[in-house]
Amino acid sequence: MVETFYEVMRRQGISRRSFLKYCSLTAAALGLGPEFAGKIAHAMETKPRIPILWLHGLECTCCSESFIRSAHPLAKDVILSMVSLDYDDTIMAAAGTQAEAIIEETIEKYDGNFILAVEGNPPLNQDGMSCIIAGKPFVEQLKHVADHCKAIISWGSCASYGCVQAARPNPTRATPVHKVIHDKPIIKVPGCPPIAEVMTAVVTYILTFERFPELDRQGRPKMFYSQRIHDKCYRRPHFDAGQFVESFDDEGARKGYCLYKVGCKGPTTYNACSTIRWNEGTSFPIQAGHGCIGCSEDGFWDKGSWYARLTDIHEFGIEGNADNVGGTAAAVVGAGIAAHAAVSAVKRAQRKGD
Amino acid sequence: MAVIQTPNGYTLDNSGQRVVVDPVTRIEGHMRCEVNLDENNVIRNAVSTGTMWRGLEVILKGRDPRDAWAFVERICGVCTGCHALTSVRAVEDALGIKIPHNAHLIREMMAKTLQVHDHVVHFYHLHALDWVNPVNALKADPKQTSKLQHIVSPHHPMSSPGYFRDIQTRIKKFVESGQLGPFKNGYWDNPAYKMPPEADLMAVAHYLEALDLQKEFVKLHTVFGGKNPHPNYLVGGVPCAINMDGDMSAGAPLNMERLNFVLARIQEMVDFNKNVYVPDVIAIASFYKNQLWGGGLGALNIMDYGAYPKVPYDKSTDQLPGGVILNGNWDEVLPVDPRDPEQVQEFVTHSWYSYPDEAKGLHPWDGITEPNYELGANAKGTPTNIEELDEAAKYSWIKSPRWRGNAVEVGPLSRYVLAYAQGVEYVQEQVNRSLAAFNGLAGTNLDAKTALNSTIGRTLARALESEYCADMMVDDWNQLISNIKNGDTATANMEKWDPSTWPKEAKGVGTAAAPRGALGHWIRIKDGKIENYQCVVPTTWNGSPRDPAGNIGAFEASLMNTPVERANEPVEILRTLHSFDPCLACSTHVMSEDGEELANVKVR
Repeated sequence: MVETFYEVMRRQGISRRSFLKYCSLTAAALGLGPEFAGKIAHAMETKPRIPILWLHGLECTCCSESFIRSAHPLAKDVILSMVSLDYDDTIMAAAGTQAEAIIEETIEKYDGNFILAVEGNPPLNQDGMSCIIAGKPFVEQLKHVADHCKAIISWGSCASYGCVQAARPNPTRATPVHKVIHDKPIIKVPGCPPIAEVMTAVVTYILTFERFPELDRQGRPKMFYSQRIHDKCYRRPHFDAGQFVESFDDEGARKGYCLYKVGCKGPTTYNACSTIRWNEGTSFPIQAGHGCIGCSEDGFWDKGSWYARLTDIHEFGIEGNADNVGGTAAAVVGAGIAAHAAVSAVKRAQRKGD
Repeated sequence: MAVIQTPNGYTLDNSGQRVVVDPVTRIEGHMRCEVNLDENNVIRNAVSTGTMWRGLEVILKGRDPRDAWAFVERICGVCTGCHALTSVRAVEDALGIKIPHNAHLIREMMAKTLQVHDHVVHFYHLHALDWVNPVNALKADPKQTSKLQHIVSPHHPMSSPGYFRDIQTRIKKFVESGQLGPFKNGYWDNPAYKMPPEADLMAVAHYLEALDLQKEFVKLHTVFGGKNPHPNYLVGGVPCAINMDGDMSAGAPLNMERLNFVLARIQEMVDFNKNVYVPDVIAIASFYKNQLWGGGLGALNIMDYGAYPKVPYDKSTDQLPGGVILNGNWDEVLPVDPRDPEQVQEFVTHSWYSYPDEAKGLHPWDGITEPNYELGANAKGTPTNIEELDEAAKYSWIKSPRWRGNAVEVGPLSRYVLAYAQGVEYVQEQVNRSLAAFNGLAGTNLDAKTALNSTIGRTLARALESEYCADMMVDDWNQLISNIKNGDTATANMEKWDPSTWPKEAKGVGTAAAPRGALGHWIRIKDGKIENYQCVVPTTWNGSPRDPAGNIGAFEASLMNTPVERANEPVEILRTLHSFDPCLACSTHVMSEDGEELANVKVR
């Protein structure tokens, strides 16, 4: 017997009133209008809990750690009431043969109807044996499960792009999921790690609407990755006003000025950190005084120091002029950067096709 | 091999039934374990294998040392931040940078928050299912559970029969749905589970409470470091500037509201440790009083670098002092020096790397690694389909670090024995108090050395360390406020930020008390770039394969002579391995010299 979310939640002692409240909170968390609460409720009343097999390759487990930080919905509610997390070697009770048996059981019972979530990535050097699962290369397990899944979620920058182990010279030839699996729909949720509530919102969206959210050309959900950190940064007015932190712990740092000159990658990083923020909206890197390091961007490890100004990047070269003016009076520098920022904003807008 | 005596006192016999556990789950990263059982199902040989390798240190070569923290932070997202902390310490040590007192206090609070978070999540979400049977909890009487809760921890507010009944109902419906999720294929009818249903239900309730609360603890990292997992660090101090009063304080990283927020999180950690975590471990341990195996090197051969100085840069003020104890002699604590080339050395005779001379170990400043994946002559299967490993040959991606040639265990238990032996009053009081509580509940009369040298002892020490760390944070917070009151708001020392101020060549070492044990990073800087970077991490010490002399490491030693209930269900193996909180992504990321052709797959 396959049950719906609603049935499961009711049987777990959750009242209809709480259930509807949950649906409207979910709608709000997804940035949808209140009219969507009814749709979500309807979906949850009629749909079964979908099995998820969550595989781990070369990784650091930060994605799983982020996932359990989710405040809305709570991780326990996702795991107990929304999905059936049948395989996840970080938290599952079974080990060894009993763990591996679950994969075959799930494939047999839900062939083509479960979600494959991937954290980390497969290495291809060393015949794949720098990541061994049950005596075999991880890439074999990944391909086998992918063959039978409905769709794939690539969690984090490892699965999406390769992340730190794929930084130059990529000794293990760590390879993102989409370069190994070609015949299944893949949604990328990049970030090192992704924001907890973004992760659970992606899951909730897929379950609710029975489809992937709208994706950009890179395969990221537009709802969370269509804007740069810079676009909605609370320190943006200081950028526009030419007020910058020149050095950590200077007067500007204490006033919360823009971190662009100490290397902030907010202007070139697509993510929701400045809007949704981290850990239930508590803060985000820029608010805590460090520039964005661009962790949700492809190959961010090889795009220069965290503290190098984006002037070093070719496509942002326009600010190079402002930097050159840096030797003159601060006010002039500020005005210069503000002027060039406006120009580059226009240029970016013209360029923005994705 | 049939029977081998190891120099560190173990008798290994691999003639009995071979049992393979791969993957070992509920750990960070990927690990395999093989054991041989005798005719009475007692473990007589144990083989611990790290089954992943990422090569992070080669990736660091040639990069800006000020960037290194973010790379090595990604060694592990579970003990998130501890590698970053150790990295900035190594760079600052190399360059002679001293950080402001406020930065020290903020880093201390972040490190201690990690301890609490990591230990709590480890106990409830990785380790508890080795002791707690959620299916058995369905048989509990919620009233009895409530009574038990009042005995175990009278101050915990969530203790009514109705509360436990609601949780039991939720679990019941979950189990009845037939979709068991993470609990699927568990070993729920294995007699190795010893708790009565009431205790199981209490523990399941706390599994869920801890899951809700852990996300609150880490918000301290979010305030100071902008996010968690993977908060931001800074060579020279911390990035979060202080602005308590006047213009634009509200948009500053730290102001009165932010510090109040931090204090509230600290208080949550203090309360949870005292009311839930520590009492739970003692109560659960009392039901397993007859399972006091798993000690291995635990309280006998141990090492830590020391941590949490009251006075920055003064190791003599460490609140968890370091040192080495050998052969169970708690009366003699040997000094440890991570710079001494004769002390910490790594061997690779049984690791999938090669050295020019594998009889010798190398100090991390001079560490080299040439990957060499090969299976021994007696391995079963093929290089890409391993059935059984040959532990007489190379068998792990983990190297074998040794202290003056000795296999030592690291971790909270090591730190606690070292602190106990060196007379740290807070620790002695904690150990004696919890031991008395355990003896009272269990009806036993165990002394500290006997009780601590066990799987349970390792798990208890972790809980006590979590409690200690939360309490120390209150002091750190008060000291920070006191500094600010006295007009000191500095958070970063930028004097040597510019590489033009650096010497042409420099080398440094950073150490930290990572949640899983002693962590060290060694760096060489040349012409402003990283020349060599080596990490020797806790799970490398604990999970290490054999060394050239034949000493077995802590994981393998701890499994020896453990009786198991069922050969095909690894409950006891998981229980003891989990008591170390293995972190395999940490342990297996060493580098090659050139980073190019890195491995030859061959079978001898």
